Amino acid sequence: MLKQIVEVALMNLRSVPQRLGLSLVILVGIAGVVGVFTALFAMSRGIEATFAASGDPRNAMVLRGGSQAELNSTVSLETLQIAERTAGVRRDETGAPLASGELIVITELPRKGDTLGANVTLRGVTAAAFPLRPNLKIIEGVKYTPGLQELIVGRGAASQFEGLEVGRTVRLRGADWTIVGVFESGDSFDSEIWTDAATAQTAWGRNNLYSTILVGLETADTLDAFAAALKVDPRVNVEVKRQVDYYTEQTRDTTRNIKFLGVFVAIIMGLGAVFAALNTMYAAVSARTREIATLRAIGFSGFAVVTSVMIEAMLLALVGGLLGALIAFVLFNGMTVSTLGGGFTQLVFQFRVTPDLLVTGAFIALAIGFLGGLFPAVRAARMPVTTALRAA
Amino acid sequence: MKYLGFIWASLWRKKTRAAFTILSLLCAFMLFGLLQAIGTFFTAGADFVGASRLIVQSRVSFTDSLPVRLMPQIERVPGVKAVSHDQWFGGVLGENTQAIAFASDPVRLRQVYPEWVLTDAEWQAFANTRTGVIVGRKLADQYGWKLGDKLPMKSNIFPQKDGSMAWTFDIVGIFDGKDESWQNQTTQLYVNWNYFDEANQFGSGNAGVFAVELEDVNQADEVAAAIDQLFLNSPDETKTQSEKDFNKGFFAQIGDIGLIVRLILIAVFFTIVILTGNTMAQAVRERIPEMAVLKTLGFGNGTVTMMVVAEAVLLCLIGGLLGMLFAQLGIKGLAQAAPGFFSAVRADGALWVQAIALMLVLALVVGLPPALRAGRMKIVDALAAR
Repeated sequence: MLKQIVEVALMNLRSVPQRLGLSLVILVGIAGVVGVFTALFAMSRGIEATFAASGDPRNAMVLRGGSQAELNSTVSLETLQIAERTAGVRRDETGAPLASGELIVITELPRKGDTLGANVTLRGVTAAAFPLRPNLKIIEGVKYTPGLQELIVGRGAASQFEGLEVGRTVRLRGADWTIVGVFESGDSFDSEIWTDAATAQTAWGRNNLYSTILVGLETADTLDAFAAALKVDPRVNVEVKRQVDYYTEQTRDTTRNIKFLGVFVAIIMGLGAVFAALNTMYAAVSARTREIATLRAIGFSGFAVVTSVMIEAMLLALVGGLLGALIAFVLFNGMTVSTLGGGFTQLVFQFRVTPDLLVTGAFIALAIGFLGGLFPAVRAARMPVTTALRAA
Repeated sequence: MKYLGFIWASLWRKKTRAAFTILSLLCAFMLFGLLQAIGTFFTAGADFVGASRLIVQSRVSFTDSLPVRLMPQIERVPGVKAVSHDQWFGGVLGENTQAIAFASDPVRLRQVYPEWVLTDAEWQAFANTRTGVIVGRKLADQYGWKLGDKLPMKSNIFPQKDGSMAWTFDIVGIFDGKDESWQNQTTQLYVNWNYFDEANQFGSGNAGVFAVELEDVNQADEVAAAIDQLFLNSPDETKTQSEKDFNKGFFAQIGDIGLIVRLILIAVFFTIVILTGNTMAQAVRERIPEMAVLKTLGFGNGTVTMMVVAEAVLLCLIGGLLGMLFAQLGIKGLAQAAPGFFSAVRADGALWVQAIALMLVLALVVGLPPALRAGRMKIVDALAAR
């Protein structure tokens, strides 16, 4: 039986080149479906990866109670001082607590090749911000000098927005701010512009006010104790979140929407491709009516015929699927784009075509090939041998 | 037209193939309808406003609130007729639904936004009720609010003086839009700025952005430049642009997503053109002897070509129109499933025109090559199916 299947399948496959046009239909149709699916999911993977890298489990974020995002939150200098004296806070070599008060404001900059402004996060940070984010490195120029109106820009922001090169100036709050450096951290901070917190507070008239406090914890397990201690303190009204959780929450809506779009488009397009595959395979079967009948007449079983047709459809589908995924990979993998991230500012991220996406793409292709091949295959096997032999 | 019956019959010559082709066209156009509707939604906000107003925002970004003390200076700029201001309230309805809520001065709002339709009594009530709120018709219908209801709303930005984020307002008016496109925007609400200004913890004097009504629309550029000039080199530098450009910038934030949607559409169409083109070519190939018979009977080359093209057009129109119909239903379904976001997504007349134009183009692209071949072939060769 197995031998029969192999024989018929090989014979079918050898004749594929004769039916090249028809076979291409399956190939192209499925390549389209898998390509689109892969591209959309690569986008959501990119966003997830960017945010996931932004959080360290040993860092806690302190926001004002009821604020869902950094941008909406305000905490005072007093809160910062209370937070850094709470038990469980990590200290640096000099014994100073690692707590960074950070002020978030939004600035509007033109995207490259566009005259309209897009929102970029400007983060005023204190010295502790850097040891709390060990991945962050200055890759060009130098760090800003506190007190001077100087900025350092993330690599992603520098690539997406106009005029963010070292040495250029940006006009903010009636003054020129000089860009003195570019930093890289491989996460969502790459989309931001940083300066000294005190300088930003003065420029924006928010003396002694921060948006959030980023606190280093002794171990990842001390978060609950730290949060509980602040919760019962009557002097403050804050919410404590693990930094990782905060960034996961920020990304959830965006990635969910993109995934929804991806699945939705893939289903409708996939249906279209199933119909096209059905067309192709019916045509392939009817073109070989006599051939199949001859096989049946000389003793090949109906099952062997069905299986061989299915093998042909699924192999074509698999090739199409891999082709689509490959095209998506070549076109999109590593492509840097920006869109609205959490907090109404631009998030710069890269498409990531991960191996599991390629596997899923192959499964989609096989499913389409299976559905497209099944009915034509059954029809081929069911044809009465005598009438089929007489077919033109 | 007299050949319609014949074309119809040849279209259904192979029922399964015709049905499957129509179904895959249906899928393509359904996707086109849905994605295009969502795509236009991202840019549509910019198109509906008249250019008669200017928006003055902080040069840093529109999230940076401008102080209300700038208003008298803006009002004195020649060419300015009236000024109002909108502060984004950061309103949250229920557990976590973002409301499009602004704090605005009732009297000024009425002057600058004549597009919102309320009765005199309602405008009066809004101006005289400190805790008053006016809500758009669509929003009111969605939540079943009526005049006199209390409206509890949280702000994710502004706490009250006592630190509470929960605010309560009284619904004193439900506004309509002056025409259909404005009616579609009545998903917003305005609270009384005077009360908000006193009661919020961050202190008074924040106006948000200013909306400026002009004496003469043609002076827009000069007035905008004059306003920006006023505040140059101050901590509150301004950026003044037409309302249309402001909205465009707002929607441009969505960034490259629009581009991605367009790329998907191109991929879908490329795929479909190849699929349908192949099926059409195949259908013609099988009928070559029949066409030879037609020609023998005296049908001209042009007529035969025409009939093949007409068949392609018919096929694309059936599949495409069905797909658009499904898209329309799908948009309705989405709007019901997720009213907040998708209620503004619509498939309007322009979209249908685009879709039909696309069906015809597609029909020509896939139908013309086999049609020309059918027209050119020699009867003898064709009869022998060579």
